[in-house]
Amino acid sequence: MFFQEATPDTSGYMIAGYAIAFIVMAIYVASIYLRNRNLNRDRSMLEELDKPARVEVRQPKKSPAKSTGNKSAKPVTKKSRKK
Amino acid sequence: MQSKPIALKILDVVSIIVLGISTYLALVFAPKELVMGDVQRVFYFHIGTAWTALLGFILAAVFSVIFLITKNLKWDRLQVAAIEVSLVFFLITIVLGSIWARPAWNTWWTWDPRLTTAAVTELIYIAYFMLRQGIDEPEKRARFGAVYALVGGISAPITFFAIRLFRTIHPVVIGGSNAAAQGGFNMTPDMLVAFFFALFAFTLVFVDLFWNRLRLGDLQDKVEQLKLKVTM
Repeated sequence: MFFQEATPDTSGYMIAGYAIAFIVMAIYVASIYLRNRNLNRDRSMLEELDKPARVEVRQPKKSPAKSTGNKSAKPVTKKSRKK
Repeated sequence: MQSKPIALKILDVVSIIVLGISTYLALVFAPKELVMGDVQRVFYFHIGTAWTALLGFILAAVFSVIFLITKNLKWDRLQVAAIEVSLVFFLITIVLGSIWARPAWNTWWTWDPRLTTAAVTELIYIAYFMLRQGIDEPEKRARFGAVYALVGGISAPITFFAIRLFRTIHPVVIGGSNAAAQGGFNMTPDMLVAFFFALFAFTLVFVDLFWNRLRLGDLQDKVEQLKLKVTM
């Protein structure tokens, strides 16, 4: 090819090269977007699941039998026990 | 949903604009190379992506060393982001090189030292993600990944210097010459403008994608922690 006098028409290869470069980049950007969206969905779902679990854990602590460390709750617990 | 920082939003827009300008410079502004024709124009994106990819692999090796010293998982996330973006860019480099080789060398692929080292580098980092997929424990995964990325990082300078150290048909356009090279050319001032702008554009695009990927890694970690919390 390099011994030819006229410049060869290689524009087809050039177009293919640039098309592939942009397609690969676009696929990667789309993959980041989709993974991000799916992870955000997972996170919000897991946070919803985690909320009732937190309430369940807190409830036994409020009960008089297991009141430890909660200063405001202590006198009430003692009184209720004496009664 | 966490909103994007304003700086990242600006960087997203600037990256797209800069990439557009770089494409214009490569396709319209730079003159046509007389021997090879239009296919020479893929050179600008070929070098731009190769430069950022090899830089990313070396950066990942540096992050690995810092992780192994500090044991902070933040460095593991940085390493993964750098490798993933570099892997995509290096794939573009290889594909563009192959497309250029068809009219210039009359073949899509040849087992030349530069092409071989480039293919090995790409495969090393594909295997890196396969390795990480196989390990569930985050600390162990990060430790193994760091050691692997550190060793794999050696392949980046080997790939870069392959055309300067070995007898190869791959041309050395910047900083040197190769007697056996086929398809080499001298750049005109306009070609140099397009070339250096492409380097700048791809560096900016790399930083933008790297930042986005890093945020994704942070989110992945949060979701993993939440999963553990809910199942326990």
